[in-house]
Amino acid sequence: MTTALLQTVKLFCERDDRVLIRDLDFTLHPGEVMQIEGPNGSGKTTLLRILCGLSDDYEGDIRWQGEARHQVDSRFRSDTLYFGHLTGVKFSLSPRENLRWILQLKGVSPKLAGLDERIDQALKSVGLHSYEDVPVYSLSAGQKRRVALARLFVEPARLWVLDEPFTAIDRKGVEQLEGLIQSHAEMGGSVLITTHHALELSAIRKLQLGLGKGTWRIH
Amino acid sequence: MADPLVSQPVQAEEVPSMWSGMLAVMKRDLLIAFRQRSDMVNPLFFFIMVIALFPLGIGPEPSTLQKIGPGVIWIAALLSTLLSVDSLFRQDFDDGSLELALLSPQPLFVLAFGKVIAHWLVTAIPLILVAPILSIMLFMDGDTVKVTLYSLLLGTPVLSMISAIGAALTVGLRKGGVLVAVIALPLYIPVLIFGTSAVEAASMTLPYAGQLAYLAAFLIMALTFAPFAIGAALRISVTSQ
Repeated sequence: MTTALLQTVKLFCERDDRVLIRDLDFTLHPGEVMQIEGPNGSGKTTLLRILCGLSDDYEGDIRWQGEARHQVDSRFRSDTLYFGHLTGVKFSLSPRENLRWILQLKGVSPKLAGLDERIDQALKSVGLHSYEDVPVYSLSAGQKRRVALARLFVEPARLWVLDEPFTAIDRKGVEQLEGLIQSHAEMGGSVLITTHHALELSAIRKLQLGLGKGTWRIH
Repeated sequence: MADPLVSQPVQAEEVPSMWSGMLAVMKRDLLIAFRQRSDMVNPLFFFIMVIALFPLGIGPEPSTLQKIGPGVIWIAALLSTLLSVDSLFRQDFDDGSLELALLSPQPLFVLAFGKVIAHWLVTAIPLILVAPILSIMLFMDGDTVKVTLYSLLLGTPVLSMISAIGAALTVGLRKGGVLVAVIALPLYIPVLIFGTSAVEAASMTLPYAGQLAYLAAFLIMALTFAPFAIGAALRISVTSQ
């Protein structure tokens, strides 16, 4: 048995006097994809924000590779990719400049050989070929999301935390992303994903939230 | 699409240097500022307008203007810093890039420091450059103009740092505009006192090195402590929403 990548112990979270999650214990191993399901307002986004460290509003333990997450914070952060509702894409910059900046935040050296080619390749993979240098505000809503999705192709991370990645993406793009998630898992990466879309992946576990009063079920 | 759709991540450095994160943020913010030039021009225009209104309101007598000149320039600089600072973290907060910065392996205070430096470069430097012309308009003599320039160079980064703390604390609130002023203005007062008194001393041909030394001390203190306060405030604002 390999060590769990991410583990929660008795995670508890409430918001506005409403218990969202009670005593959540789950482990995510390398190569696993976990889809978090639940109706609107059941706490899917809240859970993802807690797990990747964007919210302190919880009780319980979160462990990263067997150690308490807050003790290995910088290692955890360099191994995690968070894709949220807000994508962090700057509208006055071009897709290329945006990706370059996000990679630099992740500790990729701007002088890395072939970085620009890799970024262009990633943009091409999400269908933004020949849009590399136009400002993002002139792109369509779906294309704007695709700029951020291009991160999945180049950003180094073992754990992907994807919050509704399929919003505004066309059907073909969704298929592509599913393939990408599958290949990431096959290479030993893990994925936490929320979506209302039925994922067609070979191995997937589902965490169902919002069954009332913070209860949950994994199947 | 014929490309094999697999993720081919690029290699991150084992221990990324702190400067690279700071420079990346600075470069990005300067680039954005040059693309959205109106954000740069607004504080500068405000500064010029406020100072230009004083002779109209008070009367053009050289002796009066000479007397109020240092205070007018300093208060205008202070208010224009306050005016521009609300937008410092707002955009990053709204588009989610603040979340990315928070989740970056780089320490947040370093990234925040880069942002404040970029902000100071685009809002305060133009203001410092036009200040000598405006000082001459207020009938200050050569030496006084020089000291005005020095005091602004030492004082405006302190103002930027202080107001960035306020902006970071209030960025999570929907209506934080007035709150920044309430938090930052009391802390501006020492800078204002020493800034204006340096210029006043110079206009009376008295020694002014002491006041400038105090401003330099404020600057060093702000550079040392403010980034940590800004980083911590940003973390609170994002994680507690």
